[in-house]
Amino acid sequence: MSKWAAPTGVSLADCAQARLRGRYRAERRFRYCGIAAICLALGMLGVLFATILAQGLPVLTQTQIGLDVAFAPGILDPDGTGEAETLARADYRKLARNALRTVIPEASGRRDKRALAKMLSIGAEEELRDAVLADPTLVGQTKRIWLTAGADFDALNKGTIARTGAESDRRLSDKQIAWFDALDANGQVRRAFNSRFFTAGDSREPELAGVLGAVVGTLYALAITLLLAFPLGVMAAVYLEEFAPKNRWTGIVEVNINNLAAVPSIVFGLLGLAVFLNFFGLPRSAPLVGGMVLALMTLPTIIIAARASLKAVPPSIREAALGIGASPMQTVTHHVLPLAMPGILTGTIIGMARALGETAPLLMIGMVAFIADIPSRVTDPASVLPVQVFLWADAPERAFAERTAAAILVLLTVLVAMNLSAVILRKKFERRW
Amino acid sequence: MALTARRQVLETEPLATAKTAKVAAHGVTVFYADKQALEDVSMDIRGHEVTALIGPSGCGKSTFLRCMNRMNDTIAICRVEGEILVDGVDIYGPGVDVVHLRARIGMVFQKPNPFPKSIFENVAYGPRIHGLAENKVALDDIVETSLRRAGLWDEVKDRLNEAGTGLSGGQQQRLCIARAIAVSPEVILMDEPCSALDPIATARIEELIDELREKYTIVIVTHSMQQAARVSQRTAFFHLGVLVEQGDTEQIFTNPVEKRTQDYITGRIG
Repeated sequence: MSKWAAPTGVSLADCAQARLRGRYRAERRFRYCGIAAICLALGMLGVLFATILAQGLPVLTQTQIGLDVAFAPGILDPDGTGEAETLARADYRKLARNALRTVIPEASGRRDKRALAKMLSIGAEEELRDAVLADPTLVGQTKRIWLTAGADFDALNKGTIARTGAESDRRLSDKQIAWFDALDANGQVRRAFNSRFFTAGDSREPELAGVLGAVVGTLYALAITLLLAFPLGVMAAVYLEEFAPKNRWTGIVEVNINNLAAVPSIVFGLLGLAVFLNFFGLPRSAPLVGGMVLALMTLPTIIIAARASLKAVPPSIREAALGIGASPMQTVTHHVLPLAMPGILTGTIIGMARALGETAPLLMIGMVAFIADIPSRVTDPASVLPVQVFLWADAPERAFAERTAAAILVLLTVLVAMNLSAVILRKKFERRW
Repeated sequence: MALTARRQVLETEPLATAKTAKVAAHGVTVFYADKQALEDVSMDIRGHEVTALIGPSGCGKSTFLRCMNRMNDTIAICRVEGEILVDGVDIYGPGVDVVHLRARIGMVFQKPNPFPKSIFENVAYGPRIHGLAENKVALDDIVETSLRRAGLWDEVKDRLNEAGTGLSGGQQQRLCIARAIAVSPEVILMDEPCSALDPIATARIEELIDELREKYTIVIVTHSMQQAARVSQRTAFFHLGVLVEQGDTEQIFTNPVEKRTQDYITGRIG
């Protein structure tokens, strides 16, 4: 120890010790700051998720009202033909209302009747028709059928709507609440799994609206995006990184690609509108065009990520391959590209995740339209999940709020699934050198 | 069909006999952008001999080595003047296929750089892309012969499917030599092949180089003068981009003509 002491006799050790303590303190402070930042971020994320989950999870169940429906032949099939066509065109609304009125006979006036009719969704007619068409022997019988309740009554049942307060400020009158409570006491109200939300397209009625149309639209659009952006992006990156001479032109191309990555997405939407729709006359609102626009937007991201990961492949691998007489193309396809693939995939997923959440460019090409059908081709009009969220968030009905949250959950699920598949792919391709 | 034709070309190339120049460089001058790296280098490299290129760092010996299989082509700013004849044909002349050239003139690098694939795939890759093996049996045969010649067969014969990158440094370098000789080159260029290896691995590689001399012409760049003295028959001394002196190894190390050579081998410059 004495060997290292300062020769002058001034104790350097003491002030060095003090400094060292100070440095440890600073290090601790720094670490606590980092931990605090992470905790804060996680806390915010937790609040966000808790809110969305609390809002969105009630959508998983849907209130149904059990009615003893008298399938009167006089309404369904007055001529007694028994033909499916006649049955399909019968007045099921009348059937449903008659059934309601039998349980709640006190609703007599016009206004009362209308208020009572709100208890059932418009979709109830369809449900009755489907039941009859599935089993024509129902005609003439009376059977308990569970029908979808109206959105307001669904909210009442879930407790998300006020029961008290000034009647004029409420969605439901005291009478309506009393009728519903009577049915509930009678065991004619239940909450069943809301499969319609996952199997139906959009609807004006919140209780009939589903997310499948938007999910399918999203998958189509993303598939188009991937098919266009991935090969184009990888090939562009390979050319620029491995083959292109480094001159002013490639410099300009590089700067422009970097700039494109920062262009606001709505500009790509305008481009899509001007070029794909107006010039090439492609169909409006179609996932095909949406995917093409998103591909334009994702392309720079993929190119930049692919170039970075190609650059990260050690030059010794290229030399090794070239040194035994592999052609430049063989060098790239056999050695460089496989080694760069994990990085390229990560970049692609980042780009695709951004495309998945993109709304603005799709508004420009008409994907914001109300579309109730589930698209079956990429040229069918469709919506996508973020646009669906936007549309529902914009809707005046109270019940769309919880559907908005649920659609966000579905969007996040798709995102997580995509990222998960990327991680799996990465693991599969990952190799060490 | 084209592949078979190429194979015949590879096989029927006239075997250079000893004492004739396998590679002849005339007035080779190299620029990296505006910076001159080599000035007017002319030398003959004889067949079936080991030629050592020595000199201090940055003297241009690696640059010269990389001119011989046109690896410098991959550096955009590099410009080569003069001519390098391999068996009398200028490799910088028009109509020379670089890919074919590199199959004839193999290279072993400073740092072992096996592909991140199995040991078998490392050696089999060259023959496969050049179509040197008609079937799996022939390919197995080439891999085994190459690994035997590189003195690695006994160590890896039971784990040919394991990763080449999992071998030790010295084994990796011998794997790279096996990979180079698997395509039956005529000349093997070695760029400081032992600089990343310990003395025992170095000794093995040196032994190997001596054995390989029988079948191949070898040019080796080395920083170690002892190594140059041990493995080579001919030595060339480079300094500041100029070929100062070349001659038989014994003469260079015992009785150099130039004073700069004398100073370098005795450690006064470098």
